[in-house]
Amino acid sequence: MAFTAFSSSTAAAEPIARRRSPIALFLLLPGILYLILFFVTPLISLVITSLQVPDPVLFGQFQNAFNWQNYTFVLETYWQQSVRSAGYAALATLFALLIGFPLAYFIGITLRPYPLLQALALVLVIAPFFISFLLRTLAWKQIFATEGPISGILSSIGILGPGQAITGTAFSVIFGLTYNFIPFMTLPIYATLERFDLRLIEAGNDLYGSPATTFRTVTLPLSAAGVMSGTLLTFIPAAGDYINASRDFLGSADTTMIGNVIETNFLVLQNFPAAAALSIVLMAFILILVSLYVKRSGTEELL
Amino acid sequence: MAFVFLLIPIVYTIVFSFNDARRTNIIWRGFTFDNWLSVCDAQDVCRAFGNSIFIGVIATILATTLGTMIALALVRYRFRFRNATTLLIFLPMTTPEVVLGAGLAAQFLQAGVPKGLGTIILAHTLFCLSFVVVTVRARVASLDPALEEAGRDLYGNPRQVFWRITFPMLLPGIVAAALLSFALSFDDFIITNFNRGAEVTFPSFVYTAAARGIPAEANVIASAVFFLAIILVLASQFSAAAKRRRMAKQR
Repeated sequence: MAFTAFSSSTAAAEPIARRRSPIALFLLLPGILYLILFFVTPLISLVITSLQVPDPVLFGQFQNAFNWQNYTFVLETYWQQSVRSAGYAALATLFALLIGFPLAYFIGITLRPYPLLQALALVLVIAPFFISFLLRTLAWKQIFATEGPISGILSSIGILGPGQAITGTAFSVIFGLTYNFIPFMTLPIYATLERFDLRLIEAGNDLYGSPATTFRTVTLPLSAAGVMSGTLLTFIPAAGDYINASRDFLGSADTTMIGNVIETNFLVLQNFPAAAALSIVLMAFILILVSLYVKRSGTEELL
Repeated sequence: MAFVFLLIPIVYTIVFSFNDARRTNIIWRGFTFDNWLSVCDAQDVCRAFGNSIFIGVIATILATTLGTMIALALVRYRFRFRNATTLLIFLPMTTPEVVLGAGLAAQFLQAGVPKGLGTIILAHTLFCLSFVVVTVRARVASLDPALEEAGRDLYGNPRQVFWRITFPMLLPGIVAAALLSFALSFDDFIITNFNRGAEVTFPSFVYTAAARGIPAEANVIASAVFFLAIILVLASQFSAAAKRRRMAKQR
């Protein structure tokens, strides 16, 4: 699974690699060109677009310029959505960690003596990936719906006042984000715990460490790499997601995130410079996080 | 508990694929097989599904080929800019989908490329590529170079050594990467939505239909895909387990 990629592994001693060769160039060139053409240049296109000004003659067209005010405009207009995205994504990441860590621990350590059960449990964790992301999210919407069972119970015990709904609130959006990204958190943590040497826990116990102390001083630091990559893998897509927060799914007008704003500006309002400026802001924020991660683990450990 | 939590929406989706719903599929109206027997009755569901399969297959072939080549080069060769290359492959995986989608759309707009199946395929190949590199790379790294040396010692030319020894041993990794690519492509909505123009894929169909009510046929397709994927995964898990057991016995 690619998710193991993020849990920095000291890979098995790689065969001694040969120096420069035309074959290496032949192998690399097509893929690298593809990435430059369809990853690097689009980012440059975004920067160019984010600085454009409306065409004075043709309505709906834009001219190349150096109009950095687009940035101040989007930050002033959409600062709420930007802060909300970071907040929702951070909370969803936290909840995913609270659910994902015990789950990964259970599969990677508790189930280790039973390989078949372990494999089955892993399949269960990946299972949500096999059913459409959108349908999964809609299913929650309908489970939470006003006519649904959960709303019924909550309003009968008075937690939910008359006319109040679960969907369309910050709660349901964060809930949806958490649900959708639990596997992204669980799998990298599992990947580190799977290789974890159980004798270390025994040693901790032998040294009179209570289970809590052993966990805090041995298990947790040794799974830090998995937790870090899981956090990154959960936070980034959650911050950019606009399905959970959109009105037809778990959100409402009060819960729109930066992804929703980018989508609306690009595809509906066709205000390309604003959408591009927001994308660049989001990308810059993510790049800061990624560079912190790279700084800690080094480029050799990236893939 | 966590397992139950993860499975609730899946069970819900499957159950409602049997709902006797006329137009919208929100309230339970009784059990029926009709939706399964007449999947293509709901307009556009099957066309969207077909598009998704087509896009997934082409993007998977492109991404798997390019990605496998990069993975081989990364493990086997030391070259200048190797760290930069690694970073270039890593970054698309950590770029939010909205940014990838908007960037490609902005580029297609500036270059005057009309959006359609072609642009969707280009976009899907891009985000699958990095995942293929990661998956295949792990397999290449675990390969015993002695086997290839043996091939060379037996006077195999480089091409023979590659196709008879290296490639078959990489195959499980390549297949895993291809399956992952297809799954990523099939379920992608955000990047697709920015680059699809007027084309409809299965997720974009669901998104548009979400406002007016999803036809039960969409649940049927999603459930069928789910069952197929689960069967494939379980089969591969069991065959791997059986293989391990055989190997253990031989020792």
